[in-house]
Amino acid sequence: MTHSIINNKSIHISTTAEDHHIAKLTAFAIGLHILEAVIPSPLPGVKPGIANIVTLYVLYEYGFATAAWVSLLRVFASSLLLGQFLSPTFILSLSGALMSLGTLYLAQHLPKKYFSAITLSIFAAFGHITGQLIIVRLWLIPHTGVSYLVPVFALSALIFGLINGLIVSKLLTSNH
Amino acid sequence: MLQIMLFKFSHNHNFPKLLVGDWLIVITSFVLVIFMFQQFWSFEHASKLKIRQGNQIIGIFDLNQMRELHINGPMGESIIVINHGMVRFKQSPCHNQYCVHQGWLSHAGQVAICLPNQISLQLMGGKNIYDSLNY
Repeated sequence: MTHSIINNKSIHISTTAEDHHIAKLTAFAIGLHILEAVIPSPLPGVKPGIANIVTLYVLYEYGFATAAWVSLLRVFASSLLLGQFLSPTFILSLSGALMSLGTLYLAQHLPKKYFSAITLSIFAAFGHITGQLIIVRLWLIPHTGVSYLVPVFALSALIFGLINGLIVSKLLTSNH
Repeated sequence: MLQIMLFKFSHNHNFPKLLVGDWLIVITSFVLVIFMFQQFWSFEHASKLKIRQGNQIIGIFDLNQMRELHINGPMGESIIVINHGMVRFKQSPCHNQYCVHQGWLSHAGQVAICLPNQISLQLMGGKNIYDSLNY
């Protein structure tokens, strides 16, 4: 996607139009991610995940590869900006994003006639908490007591997944 | 009422329309979440109370009664009250009074321990959560 031409003095990275495009979309996702980081949450982990709106929108408009780029770049760049790079927060964010992308990769093949962005958004949200809970259970809190939190996270994933999905649907319909 | 509201919303031009599959996923997920709450947040009411002092089992008592028990430990006498399905330490000779502050216990598997006086209350239902308790 990118290739660099090394001169004697400086490194010049030539970029394609697609790179610029991904960068623009990622910047938007980073903005939402940071905005969300400021909003206080009643329980760590219960967050609206509004940055996923961008991921899902990009999936519909530009395909899975671009969505994966935007999602993962967003996770890395936001963690650097928030000073959380390689911290547990970052690992949770990354595991959530990866699991979410995995779910979307499978769910994107669902027939469009019956399943809209709302379904994909809910799946992505469930994928997100699944990825995070796996990390929490295996690494951060290796205790069965974590299971008490599962229903709370599942409910918040359903609610926020639905809301985000409705927003994506709205964005997609108003664009066409 | 809610259904009518949702119906009106979904037929409004400004509101994104949910497809058949979406409804299916929303409803299935909702049922799944309720199932999760039932599965992970269910507490069985205890029926029996096991009291230990040191390494001795003082006895297994039925919770469905009104009774006050006086049990002697190394520090003195602890008073335990059983009140129709609930139990608590009413009085203890220990310093920090953690056992008393734990309050009423009613779910199976709950435990209140007074370490200084070496007395423990263990509530039991159909199944035991802890295999054994030792000092």
